Amino acid sequence: MPVPAYTFLMLSGVLFTMGAIGFLVRRNPLVVFMCIELMLNAVNLAFAAESRYLNSLDGVVFAFLVITVAAAEVVVGIAIIVQVYRAGRQMDVDELDLMKE
Amino acid sequence: MDTLAPLVLLLPLAGFLVNALAGRVLPRRIVGLVGAGSVGLAFVASVAILVQVIGGHRLDQTYFTWWQTVDFNVPFNLYVDPVSTLMILVITGVGFLIHVYSIGYMAEDAGFARFFAYMNLFVFSMLLLVLSGNFVWLIIGWAGVGLSSYLLIGFWYQRPTAVLAARKAFVMNTIGDVGMVFAAFLVFLNLRVLDYNSVFSRIHQLPKGGTIITAICLLLLVGAVAKSAQLPLHTWLPDAMEGPTPVSALIHAATMVTAGVYLVARMHQLYDWAPAAATTVAIVGGVTAFFAATIGTSQVDIKRILAYSTMSQIGYMFLAVGIGAYTAGMFHFMTHAFFKALLFLAAGNVIHAFHDDQDIRHMGNLRAGLPITFWTFLIGTLSISGFPLFAGFFSKDEIIRAALSAAGSEFWLGVLALITAGLTAYYMFRLFFIAFGWEWLSRDERHLHEALPIQTIPVVILAAGAVVAGYIPVANFLQPVFGHAVEVGTGAFIGLAALSVLVALTGFLLAYLLHARRPELALQWRTRIAPLHALVEHKYYVDELYDLVFVRPGFALARFLNTIVEPRVIDGLVNGVASFFVVEAREFRLLQTGRVRSYGFVMLLGALGTVFLVVLFLGYLPVRLGG
Repeated sequence: MPVPAYTFLMLSGVLFTMGAIGFLVRRNPLVVFMCIELMLNAVNLAFAAESRYLNSLDGVVFAFLVITVAAAEVVVGIAIIVQVYRAGRQMDVDELDLMKE
Repeated sequence: MDTLAPLVLLLPLAGFLVNALAGRVLPRRIVGLVGAGSVGLAFVASVAILVQVIGGHRLDQTYFTWWQTVDFNVPFNLYVDPVSTLMILVITGVGFLIHVYSIGYMAEDAGFARFFAYMNLFVFSMLLLVLSGNFVWLIIGWAGVGLSSYLLIGFWYQRPTAVLAARKAFVMNTIGDVGMVFAAFLVFLNLRVLDYNSVFSRIHQLPKGGTIITAICLLLLVGAVAKSAQLPLHTWLPDAMEGPTPVSALIHAATMVTAGVYLVARMHQLYDWAPAAATTVAIVGGVTAFFAATIGTSQVDIKRILAYSTMSQIGYMFLAVGIGAYTAGMFHFMTHAFFKALLFLAAGNVIHAFHDDQDIRHMGNLRAGLPITFWTFLIGTLSISGFPLFAGFFSKDEIIRAALSAAGSEFWLGVLALITAGLTAYYMFRLFFIAFGWEWLSRDERHLHEALPIQTIPVVILAAGAVVAGYIPVANFLQPVFGHAVEVGTGAFIGLAALSVLVALTGFLLAYLLHARRPELALQWRTRIAPLHALVEHKYYVDELYDLVFVRPGFALARFLNTIVEPRVIDGLVNGVASFFVVEAREFRLLQTGRVRSYGFVMLLGALGTVFLVVLFLGYLPVRLGG
């Protein structure tokens, strides 16, 4: 019995919502970061599933692009977090507001 | 001949390159040798061309194609016929003598190499102008002589007056260049070709005397008038005397300023096809000849008098080519090149002897001090005044004869030319009597020194030319191009010659009476006709008129743009836009809280909003939900 498409989409939606809520409520930069990854991969899941059901490779290609960008983003993001930590700043995203007006 | 013609062009160009690039490090002897030698060799090549042209050879050779498109081709072709041969002979021959003279004249000058580089550049441009076989290269040469003229007038760039004069000359010449370019546009638009042979063979497709051909000829005339300092674009030439004297001799007397005459003669098929334009040429020439001669009678600067006399003599040439007496015009061009170069170079020796004082009233005692210069200057004066058996007599007489034997308005131009001949004799002998100090000869104590042989020998050669050039059978030489000159009977010939001699003699006697015998009479007469004298002395206030009509409004407009439009309108617009964003950004900056989580929240809202809008407009979610 084939699994219907909406199950994947619902799973994707749940994962994305978890990531979004985590992004909004957590203040530890590392956890915020993981939440971003969760959202990205939720989208990847939706892409892959729709790709399968629409018999098109477009979604998979998009997923690969997202993975690539996510990898690059992790490199930059982790580097920033490590530098902030080394500078002895408090590990709280609300305190890291040097860019405000 | 197809190798000789480019050689004539390339020799001065090579001289220019050597002196321009290496002139600073080369010793002066080498610089002078390269400068004069390249022109001398070009003269030798020109003589070789002359021999072949006399033998009946012609040249219209394309060496390369500069531009090539579907229907627009610009070849580089050289055109050698008797007219251009005569021109290159005078340019390189007289040019060579003037270059040799300059070695002595400029010997003390710091810009020695620069001077010869510019002079060679001029000779190259002028040769390109006369040898070119199409309109494009003609205009390039035309602009090139304008450039080198500008550079040489402003040669002593530390003098503000020289810089101003150079700028004036350049602006006036540019007016002419624009006329030339538009003439070439019209030629191409209507005939689709630009090389002379094709243009001349197709010109008869246009209606004779029609608007197009007349417009072309008048636009060419604008170029010719500017370059040849004819009315109303003449004011730059007297000011151009700020340049070194050899420059005045070569560029502003013997060659460049006669380019306008060459142009009309070269385009004679066009002018024959546009009688109205040809008449305009004749009127411009005749009036300028008279106009400049009257101014010449009242000036006191030796070079300015010669400058006005140049304008006047070129006016004669314009008159000749305007009435179709092309041979006479070219003949006068040749004799004029000899005696005017002679007069300028001799004047240069005089100016040197008086330590750069150019006021003729301060001069004197020249027969004892500068005997060679004295006698050669006298020969030049006799020649330009049209005394029998001198070169100027034959050529000027031919022009007056051609004008007087024409019908209608041209006859009156002939009468004007005859009066001008008398004026010429008057102002030249006035200059001679005042400057060369007839009455001071015995009691002047000044010790003057004759110039070096390198300066006097070219002058002597030119003096020989000013005597014998009249016997050169130019008419026969040019006859294949222009056809037979107008013939008059022997009786009329002698009668007219006697008449013009009589007129010249009157001018001479008047000058002798007023400036040698009884100078107090001249003073009396001057006060009696004071308003007229002031008018002439101030050159009919043309400079003041142009200042009032063109220069001042131009400055006023520039000032208005500079003080009102530039700061208020242009800067106001740019700064206004910038300050608008500065002010507005102050408000929007408050949105930058620096809180990552609030940014994320806004992004999330945005994403949800986007999904909402998509569903709203499509009515469904564009994904496949089912299996």
